[in-house]
Amino acid sequence: MNPTPLTAWISGIGFIAPGLPDWATARAVLLGEQPYVAAPSVLPSPAILPPAERRRASRVVKLTLGIGLEAAAHAGADVATLATVFSASGADGHNCHALCEQLATDDRQISPTRFHNSVHNAAAGYWGIATHAMAPCQVLCAFDASFGAGLLDTLGQVIVDQQPTLLIAYDSEYPEPLHAKRDTPDCAGVALLLTPERTANSLARITVSPSTAAAEQFADAALENLRTTIPAMRALPLLHKLVRGEAGPVCLDYLPPMQLMVDLQPC
Amino acid sequence: MTPLLLSSYTATTCLGSGLAATLAGLRDGRSGLQPCHFETVDLATWIGEVAAVDAQKLPEMLARYDCRNNRLTQLGLEADSFADQVRAAIGRYGKSRVGVFLGTSTAGILQTELAYRRRDPESGALPDDFIYRTTHNSFSLAEFTRDYFGLEGPAMAVSTACSSSAKVFAAAARQLALGTIDAAIVGGVDTLCLTTLYGFASLQLTSDQPCRPYDAARNGISVGEGAAFALLERAPASPAAGSILLLGTGESSDAYHMSSPHPEGLGAKLAMEAALRSAGLTADAIDYINLHGTSTPANDAAEGKAVVALFGDRVPCSSTKGATGHTLGAAGAVEAVICALALSHDLLPGSPNTAALDPGIPIQYLLHSRNGQVRHALSNSFGFGGSNCSLVFGVAA
Repeated sequence: MNPTPLTAWISGIGFIAPGLPDWATARAVLLGEQPYVAAPSVLPSPAILPPAERRRASRVVKLTLGIGLEAAAHAGADVATLATVFSASGADGHNCHALCEQLATDDRQISPTRFHNSVHNAAAGYWGIATHAMAPCQVLCAFDASFGAGLLDTLGQVIVDQQPTLLIAYDSEYPEPLHAKRDTPDCAGVALLLTPERTANSLARITVSPSTAAAEQFADAALENLRTTIPAMRALPLLHKLVRGEAGPVCLDYLPPMQLMVDLQPC
Repeated sequence: MTPLLLSSYTATTCLGSGLAATLAGLRDGRSGLQPCHFETVDLATWIGEVAAVDAQKLPEMLARYDCRNNRLTQLGLEADSFADQVRAAIGRYGKSRVGVFLGTSTAGILQTELAYRRRDPESGALPDDFIYRTTHNSFSLAEFTRDYFGLEGPAMAVSTACSSSAKVFAAAARQLALGTIDAAIVGGVDTLCLTTLYGFASLQLTSDQPCRPYDAARNGISVGEGAAFALLERAPASPAAGSILLLGTGESSDAYHMSSPHPEGLGAKLAMEAALRSAGLTADAIDYINLHGTSTPANDAAEGKAVVALFGDRVPCSSTKGATGHTLGAAGAVEAVICALALSHDLLPGSPNTAALDPGIPIQYLLHSRNGQVRHALSNSFGFGGSNCSLVFGVAA
């Protein structure tokens, strides 16, 4: 069969990374309007959560609520209606460490909250509780290829199901000793609201196709470091091209040997 | 959606390895549950353990994937010549055109739990032989499967707790519809580990007896492990009689609580309605429902309300978790294969251990397996975080 073109419109962006606390800052840095200044990620307080959950909110919950809400606001979309795709190379690393540490002792009576926060879809669950969205919510993992996996499934929902879908690709760090085995340095994520049709807020049209080309890299060492050390940041070359208003292809890392070529047409 | 063909499928649980053992276990109303003696776990509960998982030896080239979860993955892939059918599909379509979509909740986390007991007493470091990526990480079973077959196309792990390996059918169906792939290995693998056994116990959701879904005296789950797979391809215009088809998928979110279902089963109802809509069927067309039926008081009550709201008491239904245990992230795929067996053998599976039905849930619940024509089967899978998925399967006339 002839493949369907994997086309959608980017209609909202949310972003948090080390030194880049929101999309406006990331945009200015990617445009070269201000220098990149390395700093730990700043995660907003999740005001949308009920007080009890807000107090206990983990770093990944703050991160995903922050970028998801920013993208939806950017697009003028009602979060309660949006289908979502969460894609992360790991879950809540600090919670995982605490569980494994306790299970290695004689006292294995772990906390029920720790247990339900250990699932890979914990952030997605809190998103639903916070936004009241009852639409489908996908939660994926593809290790370093998690951004690409999330993008492919999001395109599936946008094109096959003809529904606006919010992709929330995010990662967080493990503390030691797991950090030595998986050295993601900090929290970072990008949220893209993809829509099947162009909207008043659309920024660009994207068409994705498989490729075996090498991914685009940054000449700037700090940005290249972000791109390679945090899986969700494999999206950065696409955002870089988008903010510069350039049309044409940009290749992103996916799952070797398969890469994703994204043809970008700014609106 | 356009119907998809399950050109091959298999399941391995505590009922046994492969379709014949699974079918015989279901027909006989056998339960594979046993008192928990897993590893060093000290809990008064019953589990569904798969025999001889640790006897599996991974190919030398894939030794980095070695952990209980990937041993069970291999055991499951080799049952019923499923792996041969995958290789034949790769021959037909090419190694970049067969995708991998596998669900899991904990993947190989047992490997990490064991490594934490071997931390360096001075530095706290994990042992050198512990490899995070290919064992602990949620993607490890999908990457192992991709490498096992030398595939070069898309792959993902879906990890939405207990709905994981139902949602892989929906994810794969989307990619098949788009034409990014021509076939998909879908399924799920989860294995026993301390995190889930002690975790469900901490929530007081484990039973001290074999689980009894929908029983008036049900008091919790029996954690199980399993590996189940299907090969999905586009169906021919006239599928051969007896072919099993995926007809519809439906996904929803509860948006209610991390570890409790919506008390009225609202999310469950949305998922079932979406699956029927996707299949182009009305509730009247469903002949059997494989319930999520975990056997906790709250879960079965909520699902029961949703089933009553849509189907009344007309449709024979059962949870097969009394036979297999709750295989968590593998449950959706295990129960999809059970639906395929129901459709291909006119089997209405019963519910071993369930004795006295909850009178507060007025559905047509099957205590004992019996024969009956099944043309359309619905399978429910609902997970922590309020993640719901329902699937509709059919058999070609």
